[in-house]
Amino acid sequence: MARVLVGVKRVIDYAVKIRVKPDKSGVVTDGVKHSMNPFDEIAVEEAVRLKEQKIANEIIAVSCGPQQSQDVLRTALAMGADKAIHVEVAGAEYETLQPIHVSKILAKIAQNEKVDLVIVGKQAIDDDCNQTAQMTAGFLDWPQATYASKIEKKDDHIVVKREIDGGLETIKCKIPAVISADLRLNEPRYATLPNIMKAKKKPLTKITPKDLGVDVSPRIQIVKVEEPPVRQAGSIIPDVDTLVTKLKEKGHA
Amino acid sequence: MLVKTFSVFSKNFIKYVPVRRLSSVPTFAKDYLQVKRGPYKTLDEQDVRFFRTLLEENSLIEDRCDLEKYNVDFLKHLRGCSPLVLRPRTVEQMSKILSYCNNNLLAVCPQGGNTGVCGGATPVFDEIIVSTEWLNSVIHLDETSGVLVCEAGCVLENLHNYLNDYDLMMPIDLGAKGSCQIGGNTSTNAGGIRLYRYGNLHGNILGLEAVKADGEIIDCMNTLKKDNTGFHLKHIFIGSEGCLGIVTKVAIQCHPKPKSIQLAFLGAQNFTKALKAFKTAKQELGEIISAVEVMDHETIKFMWEHTDTTSPIGDYPIYLIIETSGSNEEHDQDKLNKYFQKCMDKHFVLNGVVTSSPSKSEQIWGLRERVAENFYKDGYVFAYDISLPLENYYDIVTEMKEYLGEKSHRVFGFGHLGDGNLHIQISVQKFSTDIMNYIEQHLYKRVNELNGSISAEHGIGFLKKQYLPLVKSEANMNLMRSLKRVMDPNGILNPYKVV
Ligand SMILES: Cc1cc2nc3c(=O)[nH]c(=O)nc-3n(C[C@H](O)[C@H](O)[C@H](O)COP(=O)(O)OP(=O)(O)OC[C@H]3O[C@@H](n4cnc5c(N)ncnc54)[C@H](O)[C@@H]3O)c2cc1C
Repeated sequence: MARVLVGVKRVIDYAVKIRVKPDKSGVVTDGVKHSMNPFDEIAVEEAVRLKEQKIANEIIAVSCGPQQSQDVLRTALAMGADKAIHVEVAGAEYETLQPIHVSKILAKIAQNEKVDLVIVGKQAIDDDCNQTAQMTAGFLDWPQATYASKIEKKDDHIVVKREIDGGLETIKCKIPAVISADLRLNEPRYATLPNIMKAKKKPLTKITPKDLGVDVSPRIQIVKVEEPPVRQAGSIIPDVDTLVTKLKEKGHA
Repeated sequence: MLVKTFSVFSKNFIKYVPVRRLSSVPTFAKDYLQVKRGPYKTLDEQDVRFFRTLLEENSLIEDRCDLEKYNVDFLKHLRGCSPLVLRPRTVEQMSKILSYCNNNLLAVCPQGGNTGVCGGATPVFDEIIVSTEWLNSVIHLDETSGVLVCEAGCVLENLHNYLNDYDLMMPIDLGAKGSCQIGGNTSTNAGGIRLYRYGNLHGNILGLEAVKADGEIIDCMNTLKKDNTGFHLKHIFIGSEGCLGIVTKVAIQCHPKPKSIQLAFLGAQNFTKALKAFKTAKQELGEIISAVEVMDHETIKFMWEHTDTTSPIGDYPIYLIIETSGSNEEHDQDKLNKYFQKCMDKHFVLNGVVTSSPSKSEQIWGLRERVAENFYKDGYVFAYDISLPLENYYDIVTEMKEYLGEKSHRVFGFGHLGDGNLHIQISVQKFSTDIMNYIEQHLYKRVNELNGSISAEHGIGFLKKQYLPLVKSEANMNLMRSLKRVMDPNGILNPYKVV
């Protein structure tokens, strides 16, 4: 049976309207509701399903970030993960933390914990990087199955359906492997109240990148963050003739 | 960046959705209850010319296709035959429209967002539809007192979004928020999910401006919390369903946006247990409760069949939705956990989820709020909005199910439990007056016997007019009729409705 590592990131909830800080140094996060990155929720759900199918026997959830990252770890535990590791990265360091750092951390933990599968979301909805799975596989020198929309285990390998341009690709790879979860892989469950209560008793350990020997010093500098241009308001015109005239004026017809 | 559509999780399989709808063309309102046209003038070319000179070019709608949207009600049960929609941009234009109609005996149907569900906003014959949709500016917001002054045609959701930037929120929220207008809400005294905490609009509307049938503008634009000077005229317009005047402006008390909102979705074994869980919530959660809703499993089945959403906790006979709003998340979560533990220990509740995530909350609220917009997929759905004492609250659903037997393929109930308000729906294959009478005579008789109300929040409108005298005394009816005569002597405002 497999040991599974899932990566979960704390991001601004997708139902919240994002506001850019007046000095354009980033987006406003204070007092803003955060949740687990939706693709990571799918990753956790898949791991829990593997456990329910007796393919996995232990699920370890990892989150890199400030103290509040423990909230999403608690959610992962309530969804069915067995233990959680919080890799604390806070303040300025967190602002420049990139997938390359996170991948090194995940790879290190994967080795320490002797896991067989790493499952992460295909991307985080805040930075949209879509790199963590790929780089983690690189650091571990394991095969990768990205954008998974279906995962099956057969003997000593997994068969993964991936969403690609215009269709589905089925691949087979050896375990250990790294998988990234796509939107249609599953529908994550809600953490039920009884499970939230139980999750409080599950182990959550806090470590630092230093403990793992990973250097998280910045490789980039954020120059500025801007809002997308505001769409101009439309105008209502009385009839089709006016529409045609207007289109002609603008050279569209 | 992941956009909003994320919540529309598509299933991995294509679900078979039974299509029960047989007739897609709504019945003419006039045939629905067999009413006779009043002695009103029929619109002619000269009238239209007058309105053309009064209003801007595209304020008039005469095109048959464009009129459709205004002539048919939200549930697609009723169709009117109005040849004209007028969309004034100022209160002066509104006043001149009404004064002209009054002098020429032209009947008028006031319309806001047209989401009303008792036929109040649908013309019965050829009434001119006067829409407030272009009276849609925010006039003033006092950030300290939280008083918002705006025109009647502002869409409720737009006001929510506007206030959001000031960390404020509207005292009212309902499923139709994307279309209904604050003027329509005022005119129906709409309830919704926040009523439990903030009370109804009689309390939250501090002032309003309305135009009487003869075009006179009545200015009750108070923005003070307290004002006992003379009779409280604004209350006459609140909930008067377009029969006494057209509301053009309101001043509304808004509230600070809570810092912590928690939403719990709980499953119970039966309604009695759910009621116990509600009572326990009042004791344990006290001041932080902001909404208490209930839905039965048939409603969840309905949602599963017609949308692809379902209960996040599996199947239970009855579900409770409890929302808390407070200022300290830790405090609120702690309370909720204790509350939940207590309910579990006593078996009032069998399972549940709780979330503070806005996206998850949106999905859970969607289960409750998106029921009505899917009615049309279930055949012909008779939807009733009743108030009942809590001990009899859910029995009526079981009773109606038995009473109807094979005549209905689904009887389901959901509603604002916290306010004793139940929405009971009865789906049939096809509309007929026989089945309608069969249902209503029994349902309304029972509601009356149980000291309930036949309209908790939707109003009387056109569809329930015949039942009003059953539940209001002769003296009450007479006073309402006198009031109507004083405000609208020619009866041009929303005829065939309410009284
Ligand atoms: C999905 C859904 C959920 C709903 N949920 C709730 C709910 O929780 N609680 C609730 O109370 N209702 C609810 N309703 C009913 C409806 O949305 C409300 O009655 C709403 O307040 C109507 O507003 P509107 O702007 O659409 O008014 P309309 O439907 O246009 O008009 C309603 C009545 O008011 C009159 N009217 C409209 N505007 C004015 C005006 N400016 N001056 C004078 N008269 C006017 C009309 O003539 C008509 O009689 C729901 C409806 C739907 C479709």
